[in-house]
Amino acid sequence: MQDDYTHVVLADDDEDDRLFFIEAFEELKMKTKVETYKDGVALMDALLQEDTPIPNILFLDLNMPKKSGLECLKEIKANAKFKDIAIAIYSTSASEEDIENTFVNGANVYIKKPNDFNNLKKVLSDVVTINWQYHTSGLNRDNFLLRL
Amino acid sequence: MKIFIKFDFTRTCTKVIQDKLDELDVKYHLMSFGEIEFLEKVSVEKLKSFNQTLNDYGIEIIENQKVILVQKLKEAIIEMVFNEETTINVKSSVYLSDKLGHSYGYLSNLFSEVTYTSIENFIILQKIEYAKTLIIKTDLSLTEIAFKLNYSSVAHLSTQFKNTTGITPTAFQRIIEKRRELSKNKN
Repeated sequence: MQDDYTHVVLADDDEDDRLFFIEAFEELKMKTKVETYKDGVALMDALLQEDTPIPNILFLDLNMPKKSGLECLKEIKANAKFKDIAIAIYSTSASEEDIENTFVNGANVYIKKPNDFNNLKKVLSDVVTINWQYHTSGLNRDNFLLRL
Repeated sequence: MKIFIKFDFTRTCTKVIQDKLDELDVKYHLMSFGEIEFLEKVSVEKLKSFNQTLNDYGIEIIENQKVILVQKLKEAIIEMVFNEETTINVKSSVYLSDKLGHSYGYLSNLFSEVTYTSIENFIILQKIEYAKTLIIKTDLSLTEIAFKLNYSSVAHLSTQFKNTTGITPTAFQRIIEKRRELSKNKN
């Protein structure tokens, strides 16, 4: 409980999705700080900067131009600096293949983008709450798998 | 080369705390996990630097009374879930309020306020976490795990597992196995 807010980052090329995402967090009662990037390259450039604070949860869209969510996931998992980040895949795809493949590559959460704003709030709140339990109760993060 | 280790979380923490307390050079008494009684006066500066040393290990001194009670509550729940020798026969609400000496209503409100989740959900989360550990680290069948965790049936465990994590126990096992394969191939 070093910080009393959760630092959340999203990489998504869809501007509307980014806006909904920010709005949803604004309406939740948990304290969060949200940042968004418009593609995988912008995200990785920012994360790799020395002085960028490491997020608690990173949401990755799978289909992005320049660098896909899966490529970002693999790069992040290969870098020890990012070992404490919980990674949530945030995608329109619900193919079993995508889901299992991203989990196997180290994602903690898989979210099928909800098409209704109230659902979005519910889903995001669930992710942040469960992540918080892992963070504060000494649970083994390697076992953190959640599909919503 | 890759090896797997398992560790006793409580023992690791206790050892670190003991070592650091010895370095601090004051008389102390380690109470049950997470509680330290100092047998002499400790200066604020000393306490501050003690807290800073512990922070490196992800340990910190809790100041807020509410947070302390919630911490005790969490420990009682974890003990209740993970304790295999003594099956607790009373309802968890009765058990927890007896153990902590507060009404369940009070505990329940406090818990939700501090952790953003309910006691009931936390118990389920802990049980599912325990099931995950057993699935990965032992050869126990799902039936045996369900029995060990006091579920009335395998179906009940599977349903609760799926409701909590969104995936089935079998899919969970498969994913963890594939992850291990993948990391083996990388080395």
